Amino acid sequence: MTLAAPWRHPMKALRAPEMLRRLGRAWLWAALALAGASTAVRAAPFQDDMAQRTLACIACHGEQGRAGPDGYYPRLAGKPAGYLYHQLLNFRDGRRHYGLMTRLVDVLSDDYLMDIARHFAAMQVPYPPPAPPASPPPAEVLARGRTLALQGDAGQRLPACVQCHGQRLTGALPDVPGLLGLPQDYLTAQLGGWRTGQRRAHAPDCMGSIVQRLSDRDAYAVVSWLALQPVPADARPAPERPEPEAEWADLKCGTAPAIRGRP
Amino acid sequence: MTALRRAGLALLALAAVTLVGLWHLNFNDGIPVAGPPPAAADAATVQRGAYLARVGNCLACHTARGGQPAAGGRPIATPFGTVYTSNLTPDDDTGIGRWSAAAFWRAMHHGRSADGRLLNPVFPYTHTTLLTRADSNALLAYFRSLPPLHQRPAAHELRWPYGTQAALAVWRALYFRPGGAAGDASLGERAQRGAYLVHGVAHCSACHAARDRLGGADWRDLSGGPIPGMGWYAPSLLARHEAAVGDWPGAEIAALLHTGASRLGVASGPMAEVVFQGTQYLSADDLADVAAYLKALPPQATPPAAPAAPPTRTRLATAGEKLYGQKCAACHGEQGEGVPGAYPPLAGNRAVTMAQTQNLLQVMLYGGFGPATAGRPRPFGMPPFVLELNDAEIASVLSHIRTAWGNRAAEVSPLDVLQMRQASSGNLR
Repeated sequence: MTLAAPWRHPMKALRAPEMLRRLGRAWLWAALALAGASTAVRAAPFQDDMAQRTLACIACHGEQGRAGPDGYYPRLAGKPAGYLYHQLLNFRDGRRHYGLMTRLVDVLSDDYLMDIARHFAAMQVPYPPPAPPASPPPAEVLARGRTLALQGDAGQRLPACVQCHGQRLTGALPDVPGLLGLPQDYLTAQLGGWRTGQRRAHAPDCMGSIVQRLSDRDAYAVVSWLALQPVPADARPAPERPEPEAEWADLKCGTAPAIRGRP
Repeated sequence: MTALRRAGLALLALAAVTLVGLWHLNFNDGIPVAGPPPAAADAATVQRGAYLARVGNCLACHTARGGQPAAGGRPIATPFGTVYTSNLTPDDDTGIGRWSAAAFWRAMHHGRSADGRLLNPVFPYTHTTLLTRADSNALLAYFRSLPPLHQRPAAHELRWPYGTQAALAVWRALYFRPGGAAGDASLGERAQRGAYLVHGVAHCSACHAARDRLGGADWRDLSGGPIPGMGWYAPSLLARHEAAVGDWPGAEIAALLHTGASRLGVASGPMAEVVFQGTQYLSADDLADVAAYLKALPPQATPPAAPAAPPTRTRLATAGEKLYGQKCAACHGEQGEGVPGAYPPLAGNRAVTMAQTQNLLQVMLYGGFGPATAGRPRPFGMPPFVLELNDAEIASVLSHIRTAWGNRAAEVSPLDVLQMRQASSGNLR
């Protein structure tokens, strides 16, 4: 992180043109008026529990995940604890990249990150229905996406999503996330991250190797189809990862070493 | 002999004297570093080295994010460019596998590498020069006990001429003298031992001293300064209105360094990292020694005069009161009283009223958790507001807390917020 230090240049403040300053002032009062008008809900009184400790997470991710000005913050509720734990480790240890997340988890221990992961994994919050796309993808794209998600493409060495992410695509314990209830932009960004190496997992990085074989066209197709699927009423992840079919037996995924005394 | 020639000769002589002086200051340490690496040390020595490496926070810098401990490669941003830390594992080619004990000692004490190069002072040999030979040997024994990793760190990316040996020689002539004592005998044995830990091992003044334009400082000073390249301010440990702990009970000082929080203040930002990686591992005896030394520091001679009248609260601050009620009061209290053990009070909090506002801006924009330590394993967290509130809103909330409940500090302007946002925009990538 390289920062110019603004406090070393107090003269800058004086150089700002007067016009700009007046505009800024007008905007300031408008903003404050708006802020005053909004009816923010007050947080509950203090309780010494995990909900209190994770207010910093909810501030961005919300209860169900939500779009922010710089991307989409995915939901945390109900995702497999192992998956959430790995993502927290990945941000802390440089396999995923987002400065705000890294700063927050930088001084937290493995044990505490697992506590946080379990807290969110145990939450059951209903999913909103998928948002209708601005421009609906053509039917043949959705058909190709459906095929990739449910059957895969052995010729391209692409296993089906359901091969690991659960027959209902709601994930599988302990480590595999569900793929439903996520907006298309977020899914696309994640596949792009795997492709460029911005997003990684513990070696052997199975998802990383699959995405390397996935064409842009197929990525668009599968993401388009996934983003349109409704989430089943009971969205809990499958109790275990499906037994891989014989041809995918070599598809190995790495995990973090288990914390002592924990799964 | 003409006057011109005489002047030329004088100039030549001056240049020669300067060069000899620089050579003497930098290269004339007379330490023979040839020889084989030391044999494996006994377990107690390795353990002592591991302890020193921990509490001296060596591994925080000498480990890349997610990388093998001590194998280096972590980028350190400085005002002069980026430096990549070295590999301290006992690999023969890329680490310290072939280093003799004398070579390691020369690096710690004189800041010269085994091959004779002057080292970049991002490595705080300005502080480790105080270490005893026995502690240097113990550190080497510990690093030699680690699994070797063949990994050459990236070359430094320093602007010319900062990375050159000539520039380093001049810098060292200005700012570095090997050896010396951390604290004098008048402190008493415990505080003197604390001074050794504060200055030599934990190198606190690497952050808690102001650096000049060339990155130099008085290495025994603890009067605070902006941390180069990080956008945080390391408060003075001498000034009552900043972070002096002279009037704290020793147990509270120890609690802060050991757990990250005390009843009188908490660690955040870079200090949270220091506690998480280093000081939480200090032994009870060493914590008491450090506390004794910090309590014995002379209070800053000239505290700033208290403002004659409380600053008037502008509409900025009064507008912040409503936002405070909506966004902050649930945790920090209607009267800024905080929640003991969870959320710090804001009323009467020096971190809130300090003249330097960059830490407040950092915390308000990006939030953060306290360090998760053995003594406080599940710390509470502050949410980031960088995406939720605009510059004017953040300025108004901060202005409110700096002027309410008896706090008497200057307001924060939206321009301050904007400048911090721009300087730290890398956090949103």
